[in-house]
Amino acid sequence: MANMVNLKINDIPLKVSEDTTLLEAAKMLNIKVPTLCQHPDLLLAGNCRICVVEVKGSRTLQASCCTPVRDGMDVFTNTQMVRRSRRHTLSLLLSEHNNDCVRCYKNGNCELQALAMEYGIEGETFIDISGDTAIDMSSPSIMKDDSKCIKCQRCVRTCQELQQVSALAVAHKGNSIKLTTFMEKPLHFVVCTNCGQCVNRCPTGALIEKSYISEVWNALDDPAKHVVVQTAPAVRVALGETLGYDPGERVTGKMVTALRRLGFDSVFDTNFTADLTIMEEGTELLMRLKSALADKNPAALPQFTSCSPGWIKYIEHEFPDILDYLSTCKSPQQMFGAIAKTYYAQKSGIDPKDIIVVSVMPCTAKKFEANRPEMNSSGYQDVDYVITTRELGRMIREAGIDFKELEAGECDSLLGKHTGAAVIFGATGGVMEAALRTAYEIITGREVPFDNLNITPVRGMEGVREATIKIEGCVPDWSFLEGAELKVAIAHGLSNARKVTKQVAEGKSPYHFIEIMACPGGCIGGGGQPIPTSLDIRQLRMDAIYNEDGDLPLRKSHENPEITRIYSDFLGKPLSHKSHELLHTHYTKRKW
Amino acid sequence: MSTIEAIVKATVAKNGSSRENLLPILQEISKEAGFLSEEAMSAVAKALNISRADVYGVATFYSFLDTKPRGLNVIRICKTISCYMHSKDAVVRAIEEKLRIKIGETTPDNKFTLVHTNCIGQCHEGPAMLINDDVYTKLTPEKAISAIEKYI
Amino acid sequence: MDIDKKKKIEQYSKKVDLIFQDCEIKPLVDKILNMKPNEIINTITDSGLKGRGGAGFPTGLKWKGAADTFSDIKYVICNADEGEPGTFKDRQILQDKAMKVFIGMTACAKAIGAKEGFIYIRGEYNYLLPKLEKELGEFNRILKDKGFDFNIKIRSGSGAYVCGEETSLIESMEGKRGEPRNKPPFPVKQGYLNMPTVVNNVETLVYTVMVLRDGPDEFKKLGTKDSRGAKVFCVSGDAAIQGIFELELGMPLQEFVDLFGDGHTKAVQVGGSSGHCVPYKKFGETVIGFEGIPTGGSMMLFNSSRSMYHVLHNYLEFFEEESCGQCVPCRVGTQQLLKGIEAVKKGEKPASYLNELIKLAETMRVSAKCGLGQSVSNPFISIVDNFREEIIF
Repeated sequence: MANMVNLKINDIPLKVSEDTTLLEAAKMLNIKVPTLCQHPDLLLAGNCRICVVEVKGSRTLQASCCTPVRDGMDVFTNTQMVRRSRRHTLSLLLSEHNNDCVRCYKNGNCELQALAMEYGIEGETFIDISGDTAIDMSSPSIMKDDSKCIKCQRCVRTCQELQQVSALAVAHKGNSIKLTTFMEKPLHFVVCTNCGQCVNRCPTGALIEKSYISEVWNALDDPAKHVVVQTAPAVRVALGETLGYDPGERVTGKMVTALRRLGFDSVFDTNFTADLTIMEEGTELLMRLKSALADKNPAALPQFTSCSPGWIKYIEHEFPDILDYLSTCKSPQQMFGAIAKTYYAQKSGIDPKDIIVVSVMPCTAKKFEANRPEMNSSGYQDVDYVITTRELGRMIREAGIDFKELEAGECDSLLGKHTGAAVIFGATGGVMEAALRTAYEIITGREVPFDNLNITPVRGMEGVREATIKIEGCVPDWSFLEGAELKVAIAHGLSNARKVTKQVAEGKSPYHFIEIMACPGGCIGGGGQPIPTSLDIRQLRMDAIYNEDGDLPLRKSHENPEITRIYSDFLGKPLSHKSHELLHTHYTKRKW
Repeated sequence: MSTIEAIVKATVAKNGSSRENLLPILQEISKEAGFLSEEAMSAVAKALNISRADVYGVATFYSFLDTKPRGLNVIRICKTISCYMHSKDAVVRAIEEKLRIKIGETTPDNKFTLVHTNCIGQCHEGPAMLINDDVYTKLTPEKAISAIEKYI
Repeated sequence: MDIDKKKKIEQYSKKVDLIFQDCEIKPLVDKILNMKPNEIINTITDSGLKGRGGAGFPTGLKWKGAADTFSDIKYVICNADEGEPGTFKDRQILQDKAMKVFIGMTACAKAIGAKEGFIYIRGEYNYLLPKLEKELGEFNRILKDKGFDFNIKIRSGSGAYVCGEETSLIESMEGKRGEPRNKPPFPVKQGYLNMPTVVNNVETLVYTVMVLRDGPDEFKKLGTKDSRGAKVFCVSGDAAIQGIFELELGMPLQEFVDLFGDGHTKAVQVGGSSGHCVPYKKFGETVIGFEGIPTGGSMMLFNSSRSMYHVLHNYLEFFEEESCGQCVPCRVGTQQLLKGIEAVKKGEKPASYLNELIKLAETMRVSAKCGLGQSVSNPFISIVDNFREEIIF
C-alpha cells in the first residue's frame, strides 16, 4: 500500500498517497490547473509547461502534471510568477501558431483557443514567427496542418504509445523541430492506418479529418440524385455530444429525424448490414471450423474479424503474410454500399448511377475504406462519401435544426431494420458477442447460455480479453463440434491487436475466432467521434450501446426479418455466389 | 542484398540489436555510407524492430548525422563566439571562394560539403574547423585552404 | 606579450597542479579498491567537492544517492560531452590524463556498486578516440587483473549540445533523441535504462581521485568555504594569453582579468554562453565560484572593440539551434529573444520592448524544463542590463 503524504496547496491542507501528482492533488481540492500536453489516455510528457505551479523552496516552477507530491510540500497555483509564466507560455505558443481561428475547423473546440480566452491574452503578443507550411492533404482520412501544431507531441505519443503504429515521430530539434512522418513523407505514403486516434487527441486544428461535408451538401442539393444515408451504431450514442448533450446519451430517434430534415431521400442504418455481416461471417467461421475439425483439411484459423478498416490497413502493413486469416467479409459500411446500389436499386426502381451513398461513421479510416479501389462490386463506387459523427453534428447546426426539440423518428425498413446484436458492433467485444448469439444457436439450436443473451465475459475495457465457450448438444449437422471448446479473443487498440496478431503469426495462437478493433473501446472510441475523449467518456458511450441493445425487441441477427428477406429475394444464402460477389473482398499486402 | 543492407547487417551484428545500440549503429553507417539514406534507415528500423519514423526522428536530432546526401568530406567550421571574434568569416569566405560553393552546399564533384557548426571545443585556438573527424585550429584563410587541399 | 604577465600566470599555475600532474596508476587503483564504499563517499563528501561541469552539484551527495538506491544493476557515466562555448578542458584532460578519469569512474563504481561504466564523449572529439580506446583497453585489463568487476566502454555523441544535460545524455545513450527528462525521478534513482546512475563531469572525476589520494583536508586548503578546491579554467577571446589553467576557486574576477586580460577588457563571460556576462564595473565585486558566479570553466574575455550586441546575438542563435525543442519556454522563447533584439536594433520595436524580453527571460528561467532553457536568461539579462545602449543603437 502506498504511503500517505501531507501537503498544502494554496494554504489548504491535504493528505494523499505518495504516487499522486500535484495536478491530481489540486483537482481533489477543486483547483483547476490548466494543461495542454497532458492527456488522460497517455503517459506524461511535461513539455508544454502550462501546468507549472510554485513550490516553496524550489528555485524553479514545477510542472504539476509530472511532479509527485512530497511530505511537507507547500504549493501555490496562482502566484504572480505562475500567472506570468502561463501567460508567457500561451503568448509564445500563439506567436508560432496560425491564429486564423475564425476559419479553423476547431474554432470553438480548441484547447489553445480556450486557454487564450481564459487567460485573457489581449495585446500580449510577441513577434509573429509562424511560418508558411503546406497542408498535408494526401490522406483520404486525415488532414495535417503544421502551422497549427503546438508541438505538444500528443499525436506522436498516441501513435507510438497507445496504438504502437509509430507513423508519427518528433524530428529535428530547436527552432526546426516538427512532428512528422518518416522522411517527412505525406501521411498517405507511410504506415498510417487512418485510425484517427491522433485527431482525437490533438488539442488544436493541426490534425483533423478530411471533410466531405461540401460533397454531401452538393449531393443533397442535386435533384437528380437519390441520396441515401447509413449510420453506424456508435454514432447514435455520441452525436449528442456535438449538440449539447452529455456523453452517453442516446439520440437515435432524433438523429433519424435530423437526417430526414437535412434532405436525405432514404435514412437507413448500418446496423442492417451489421446483421448481414454476422450471417456471412458466422457462416464463414463455421465453414472453417468444419473444414478443420470435420473434413480434417487445413483452414485459416483463428479467423480475424474484418470490419475495422484501421485494423485492416494495420495488418496489411505489419503482418502481410497472414492476410488469409482475415474474414473475407466486407465491413457493414461496405456491404451496405454494395447492397444499396444493387438490391435497393432494384427494389426501388432507381438507377444505381443516380444513387449516392453517404455513411456517417465514428471513424476516419472508413473514409479510406470507401475509397479502396476494390470497393466497387456494385459497378459503381459502393460508398460515395463518409462523414464523421463530428461532421454530422456540424451539418445539423449549419442547417439550423434545433436538435433537442426534434421528435424521434424511425429509419426506413428495407436497409434499416436491425437487431440489438448489430448495435453492439459499436463496442469492443460487440462483434464477437453478436457472432456468438447466432453461431451458437445455429450449432446447438439453443440460445447462448447467458442471462438475457448478455455474454458478459467478452465485454469490458480490458485490452485483450478471452473466453471459452463449451459446445454441447449440437444439432446433427454440427455434431462434429460436440464437446469442443470454442476459444475466442477480443482486442481493442492497435497495441493490443499487435500482441494477439503476433501470436497468430508465430503459429502459437490458441484461439478460433478473434475480434479486433483498431480504436480503444471499439468504434465508440473511433477517430471520428466527438472530442475530447477519455476512458470515462468511452465507458459512458459503451454503456449506452448495451442499453440500446437491451431495449430492442430483436437481439439476434438471424431473427431480423429484412435479413431473411434479402436472402430469400436476392442473395440466396450466406456465402452464395452473389454474396461473394457483393459482400466479400480481398486484401492487399503493403510495405511498411 | 544491397550494399547498404550489407553495411546495416554488419553493424547491427557488431553492436547488437537493442534500442540502446541505435546511435552507434547510425554513426557507423553514416561513416561508411556518407549519410543515412531512406534505405539505410528502413533497414535499421527492421533490424531493431522499431518504426522508421522513430529512426528518422533520432537521426535528425543529431547535427552530425545527415539524412540527405553529403560530400565525401564534410567541412564544419565553428561559428560560435570565440571563433567568430577571431575572424572566422574571413576563413569562410576563403573556403567558399576556393570551392566555389556557399555554406550549406556540396561541390558538384561531391568531394566537399561546407557547413557551419557550433563550438567544437578549440576556442583558445580559433578559428577552428573539422574536416570529417580531423581538427584544424588557428586558421587563417591560407591555412584553411592548405588543409582542404590535403583532401582533394 | 607581456613577460611579467606570463610569469605571473606561471606562478599562479604552479600553486595548483592536481589535474594534470602525473600519478602512479596501479597503486592508486589498489588504494581505492581497498577502501569501503561508505569510506569513499564520506571522503568525497567531506572534501566539499562540487560538480565541475557547470551545475555544481555536491559530488559526495550524488554518489550517496546512487549508493543508497537498491539495485543489482547500476551505472557510472562520465559526461565528456563538453559543449559549452569556451570550454575545452575536458578535451585536454582526456588527451593527457585519461587514466585518472578512468580511476575516478572506478572509485564511483566501488562506492555505488556499479559493474558497467560509459564515457559519453562528444562527436567533435572523435579524433581523440584512437588514443583513448588504447588507454582504456589497458585500464580495463588492469581492473580485470585486480579482480574488480567493472568495465568501461566509450560512446560517442553526434553533435547535440543539449546532450551535456545528464538526463538528455542518458536518453541519447538509450538510442533516443536527447530530450531531457522530467526530474524527479533523478538519475541516481532511475537513470540509464531506469537503473541508478551517476553522471559526472570529466574534471570532477579526476578531482575525486586526487581527494581520495591526498585526503579531503588537502583539498579544503584550496578555495573557499562554498567553493572548495581548485578548478580548470579555459581562457579564450580577447585575452593576453589563452589556454587552460588550473586555479583555486574563489578568485575575485578583477584579479583574473588582471592576469589574463589584454588591458582593455570590458566584459567577461563567466560560464560560457549559458553563464553571466560581467561588465568591467562589476569585476571588483564578483567572485569566481559557487558563492559568486560559478562556471564550468569557460571564461571568455571581450575588450572594448567588441559589440555586445553581436555577442548576445551569437549566443541566442546558438541556443535557438541547440534547444531540444520540446518545451515551449525554451523552443519559442529563444527565438523570441533573438528576433526581439534584432527588431530593437532595426528600430522595428521600441527600446522599451527589451523590458518585455527581460520579463520573458525571467519566465524562461523558472519554467523551462531543463538547465538549457533555464540558463538563457543569464547571458540575456546580464548583457541587456549592463550594455543596453549597445543593444539598442
